[in-house]
Amino acid sequence: MKKTESNPGMKRRSFVKLMGGGIFIFFQPWSILDLSALPADQARSLSKDYNAFIRIAEDGTVSCFTGKIEMGQGIITSLAQMMADELNVLLEKVKMVMGDTDLCPYDQGTWGSLTTRSFGPNMRAAAAEARAVLLELASSKLGVPPSQLEVKEGIVVDTKNPQNAIAYGQLAKGQKIEKFLDVKPSPEDHTKFTYMGKPYKHSDAKLKVTGEAKYAGDLKLPGMIFARILRPPSHGAKLSSADVSGAEKIEGVQVVRDGDFIAVVSENRNKVDEAILKIKADYTFDELKVNDRTLKDWMLKADSRVSIAKTEGDIAVGRQQSDKVFEHTYNDPYLAHAAIETHTALAAFEGDKVTVWASTQSPFGLQDGIVRELGLPREKVRVITPFVGGGFGGKAAYQQGVEAARLAKLTGKPVMVVWTRDEVFFYDTFHPAGVVRIASGMDKSGRITMWDYHVYFSGTRGAETTYDVPNATTTSYSENTKVSRVHPFGTGPWRAPNNNMNTFARESQIDIMASAAGIDPLEFRLKNLKDEKMIACWKSVAEKFGYSSAKAPSGRGIGIACGTDAGTWLAMMVEVKVDTSNGKVTVLRVACTQDMGLCVNPQGALIQMEGCIAMGLGYTFTEEVRFEGGNILDRNYDTYQIPRFSWIPKTDCVILDRMDQAPQGGGEPAIITVGAAVGNAIFDATGARLFRMPFTRERVLEALKKI
Amino acid sequence: MEETIRFKLNGKKTELTTDPDQTLLWVLRNQLGFTGTKFGCGIGFCGACTVLINNEPVRSCMMPVSGAAGKSIVTIEGLAKNGNLHPLQKAFIEHDALQCGYCTPGMIITAAGLLKKNPSPTRQQIIDGMEDNLCRCGAHNRIIEAIQTAAKEMKGGK
Repeated sequence: MKKTESNPGMKRRSFVKLMGGGIFIFFQPWSILDLSALPADQARSLSKDYNAFIRIAEDGTVSCFTGKIEMGQGIITSLAQMMADELNVLLEKVKMVMGDTDLCPYDQGTWGSLTTRSFGPNMRAAAAEARAVLLELASSKLGVPPSQLEVKEGIVVDTKNPQNAIAYGQLAKGQKIEKFLDVKPSPEDHTKFTYMGKPYKHSDAKLKVTGEAKYAGDLKLPGMIFARILRPPSHGAKLSSADVSGAEKIEGVQVVRDGDFIAVVSENRNKVDEAILKIKADYTFDELKVNDRTLKDWMLKADSRVSIAKTEGDIAVGRQQSDKVFEHTYNDPYLAHAAIETHTALAAFEGDKVTVWASTQSPFGLQDGIVRELGLPREKVRVITPFVGGGFGGKAAYQQGVEAARLAKLTGKPVMVVWTRDEVFFYDTFHPAGVVRIASGMDKSGRITMWDYHVYFSGTRGAETTYDVPNATTTSYSENTKVSRVHPFGTGPWRAPNNNMNTFARESQIDIMASAAGIDPLEFRLKNLKDEKMIACWKSVAEKFGYSSAKAPSGRGIGIACGTDAGTWLAMMVEVKVDTSNGKVTVLRVACTQDMGLCVNPQGALIQMEGCIAMGLGYTFTEEVRFEGGNILDRNYDTYQIPRFSWIPKTDCVILDRMDQAPQGGGEPAIITVGAAVGNAIFDATGARLFRMPFTRERVLEALKKI
Repeated sequence: MEETIRFKLNGKKTELTTDPDQTLLWVLRNQLGFTGTKFGCGIGFCGACTVLINNEPVRSCMMPVSGAAGKSIVTIEGLAKNGNLHPLQKAFIEHDALQCGYCTPGMIITAAGLLKKNPSPTRQQIIDGMEDNLCRCGAHNRIIEAIQTAAKEMKGGK
């Protein structure tokens, strides 16, 4: 693919030339995308060019171009639903073109449950604009005013004379209409939806059950070679010397070296696995003196930047008003993303331009990374994202794509980099471990009077007070990298970044207070809540679950928790069974209700809720990255246990009908309450309270001893 | 040293000359083009690379290609017959029993092996049979339901 001009992204004219005829709707992404959320290292010089959003082709096919990627969250289906509704075309006429930096509008990355709530409305506005263009064209063709026209399944019909009609494809024929979108998205009349709000199954399911779906590692180019890269034994280790002669002796293997970057390449994947072990390397170590056992104290003592995230009233006054004060500290570990597809990329040069097919949540981030590290002009780097085999935030990082590009340049051949499971664990941008310290108080009637919340090193998402408290402060302590490092290795977003931890701490503390007040945990929450949305979620989930009131510990093993994430409100109830002889906790059933505004695809959203609950059981019971300084001790699924079939409870999920409201996030929210609800259920069953996640059998037994 | 190895792959006689120590997984994917079989962990813990060998689910990342010589291999590409999806494939679509889809071929192949051995498994037997196949997206309950549906259909067809 050739590009003739040198601005970021493909120039409009060359794009139109490439795509052939039709009607195009362009938009200037900078006018509508929220750039304030962009991390500094991803900030770009702003393009004045326009990117395509929509093309109506001469055969009536509607192509939707998005820089978002599909990793199982189902937007390949839900975005098509939105497009079909706005344009009044059949769903199967919509084609999604995703994550291609040459074809798609710039996008900062697929994370934060932002696709539906942030990209969606803009895409719908573009579709509405396209529809207006089509109506205008039809009006002159059919000789009637646009107001007399309506569209059904891609055909524009004269309402007064239904024989007088023309299809979108015919209107687009011979056209090269370029329209520029300046309108702001406006809320749609939901009563006119044909596709939105109705359940659709994954549109890519057939490709995935037949093995036809292509992930980055499934691609093959003539002359392609596999690479393995020499890795340090721990973070912070620096290569002092390397003897590669052993690797060089293996037939069919070539050693590639560029400073400290050493790789072996071969057409035979097993040969590079063998060769990499033959390299003898020495390192100097600079490791932090911390491990998973000492982490909590390390964090509480570390230098940090302190910021007050939120204050209401006066904590000192709140303390005076309190009849009882509760002070507790909670902590959680580093967590790995552990998507089943490892980080993979194929890179190939054609002339001076490199194309990289990568499993990444940030194709444009990878493009920038290659520009930075290889010194190529941006128009000489194209990133294409095939299907991604799970991300959960872990593929917001894109190191493997840069490595593949670098090796393709060094070898002159197409290079496939498929990280081993070991490499994925080592370089994973873990969910940051953290500590939360809460001092809270309540009066004699069970009204919360004070909430003094301190979160250390893991972030404030979900650290809002949630409850109606007159005196509340949230204080955040973050890494002051100029003074000292706290995290010994990379951290990053992990499904609902740190909301899991904040919700665990908050909802456990609330439960402790409810129990001390001798009030049923749901009644205690409702007594201290003003938030109508949350109250509605509680009413719904209590009905679904069949909740009956009792103060904890009741011996029943029922636990509850609520929270907000990505603009979505939710409440959860679980029932557990605790084997006090060995500490094993089994979750028997879960009910969850969420208010996510307009739900575009109730089927897809339901599956996301179920997925969140299943994945949540991992951080609740087993997941914890053990480490010694910069050395990651868990490097595969044998010691890093993720949820299995036998763990998964019966799950009842409810999505409240909020068709008239703006859509909110759906891929992450339902994971945030799992740890808290299970912890509270263990308390309800046994009277044992856990302050540290995950709730391993040893920790459950330890907590039981303290009763 | 390369060797000539013969086996049946998805019903077809297949012969190739290759390094006999290469794992079956990489031979299937890189030399024979059957990329439905996935690499996940490389040491048999996740099940994404599962294929049937003489009707038994086997982790292809752990087996040298020479180990498959003279045997019959079925990959996800070999389940559909004459353009008709296998009942398990249909049931996975019907139950929406997947998200990212990366573990799906290994899940379906493992389930196919399970149903060959036990055509009418109980829910618990399905759980036991699938326990060592990992899914990170959390499609577990739907996968169980899909296998139950497929089991019913397969018995009905015979």
